[in-house]
Amino acid sequence: MIGMIVRRILQLTFLLLGISFLVFMSMHLAPGDPATVIGGPNATSSDLEAIRDKMGLDRPVLVQYFDYLGGILQGDFGYSYQTNQAVTEAIITRFPTTVKLAVASMVVAVLIGIIAGIISARKQNSWVDVTSTTFALVGVSIPNFWLGTILILIFSVNFQLLPVGGLNSPFYTFEGMKELILPAITLGTASAALIARMTRSSMLEVIRSDYIRTAKAKGVRKRPLIWVHTLKNAMIPVLTIIGINFGSLLGGTIVTEQVFAINGIGRLMIDAIAARDFPIVQGTVLLIAAIFVVVNLIVDIIYTLIDPRISYD
Amino acid sequence: MSAVTETEKNINTEKKTTNRFVEVAKSLMKNKLSLIGIIIITLIVLVAIFSPIITSYGPYEQNLERTKLGVGSEGHFLGTDNYGRDMWSRIAHGAIISLLVGLSSVGIGLFGGIILGLLAGYYRKLDSIIMRFVDLLFAFPGILLAMLIIAMLGTSLVNVVIAISIWSIPGCARIVRGSVLSIKNQEYIQAMKTVGASDLRILLKHVLPNCTAPLIVYGTMRMATAILSTSALSYLGLGAQPPTAEWGAMIAAGQDFMWDAPHISIIPGIAIMLTVFAFNVVGDGLRDALDPNMDVNN
Repeated sequence: MIGMIVRRILQLTFLLLGISFLVFMSMHLAPGDPATVIGGPNATSSDLEAIRDKMGLDRPVLVQYFDYLGGILQGDFGYSYQTNQAVTEAIITRFPTTVKLAVASMVVAVLIGIIAGIISARKQNSWVDVTSTTFALVGVSIPNFWLGTILILIFSVNFQLLPVGGLNSPFYTFEGMKELILPAITLGTASAALIARMTRSSMLEVIRSDYIRTAKAKGVRKRPLIWVHTLKNAMIPVLTIIGINFGSLLGGTIVTEQVFAINGIGRLMIDAIAARDFPIVQGTVLLIAAIFVVVNLIVDIIYTLIDPRISYD
Repeated sequence: MSAVTETEKNINTEKKTTNRFVEVAKSLMKNKLSLIGIIIITLIVLVAIFSPIITSYGPYEQNLERTKLGVGSEGHFLGTDNYGRDMWSRIAHGAIISLLVGLSSVGIGLFGGIILGLLAGYYRKLDSIIMRFVDLLFAFPGILLAMLIIAMLGTSLVNVVIAISIWSIPGCARIVRGSVLSIKNQEYIQAMKTVGASDLRILLKHVLPNCTAPLIVYGTMRMATAILSTSALSYLGLGAQPPTAEWGAMIAAGQDFMWDAPHISIIPGIAIMLTVFAFNVVGDGLRDALDPNMDVNN
């Protein structure tokens, strides 16, 4: 077990190195000269030369990469071409908002998804089941930026119940909660749909298994049968889906932040892509990818803890 | 040469001769949701093909005297947008864009994925290099890889196609590699090798056909993702740019008029949802019909 964890962490280190190399190289192979972005439209050729010299842009790419890597290890992700702000600082100020959004959406997704899935499985083929599976199918297909727009139209414009956008108040205040509701539903719907589908099929599979039949035959009552015996084993594949989904949820924050004008990592990244502000793009992409692979590793480790049948050795 | 074709003949006669296609089609038709999906896709394809005939206005034709007309207006049954452009013409034109972007990006992605998957599965030496690269692409969640590529190439619809193609490669490569590994050591492949068939012949004529079922399912599901992502990227301003009649870009442009003309944003959203829904349910149906145990979550 510990051997597995150590090995996986080692693999993770190489993967992170690979990611950083890929991100760095793709920004470097991008057409366009960073010096012109920094210098602005009025920079003369000697200005550009001076910028290149100062930033070390004329050195070999690999040297620049190792330089960048060394910086990362010391928490230095470079400086924004546009504002000259430290990338680390820009990320740190925006990061909590994105985490807040991602966690709230995951909570919405897990709650709705698992409850809908369990009810569907228990009342298979009833109208509740049909409604919930249909919603699950539509939920995966709905563009979340559009759903967000519609929710704003209904709850903010028409009924004026919830704010149009922004996540500015702390989440534990009433205002903060109100601000979180629409973005969390917008981002959580697709994941809720996937989790509901997975919970339903997994529960049905376990309910039909031999050991549940035996438990039933031995007189275990319905409630403990569902909540203790079935759910425990049915949750393992659901956990996989939640883990995999966390990635698309992180990707989704980028879009949702744009819809609700939330100043998180996603908006920072989109603005940077449009302005070709490569240090910011590098920093944000690296951060999101790193969180993604680390979360995947944690999910893998949790599997082995909850299901001793799974072994990575 | 003759030994090779002879062996192939023997192998082929041993294969089931029942027509798989008819079986799959039957099972798809029995599944109500898939049937609905097929009907929706057919309608969208027809709308795309016949859009010049079934629309009375050009998608970019402005009429500043008739702006923001609501749904059901005279001469514009889906209304007009803030420039007086006919919404139905723009939706129909958007169908062409969505289908073309979806087909081309999934097609290119599958092509790349098949080549990488075949090489990785068949040649042990290449396996670890190719699969580490695939793992690396998998390390980018959801749409992020596409965004990184667009950040590198610049914002345009063509770059969206390139980005989504590359994003489709790792999933496809994994499926193909898995199939290759599972049949590589079977007797008939060994038999082909013994009679001197070239690697290319074995790969294309005997290994690849075995991957078709999971690839069809993957491709269909990918169409849904590709269309959804294209609209999301265009919505963010990273894909199609206004005034292009692309559904995602149309939603973004309509957002400024949510107060007085919400249909400008609502209608393209419904179009995206229907299309993505249709490809998703047909993909589900195909999976049930072709290979119930397949995992296409990747």
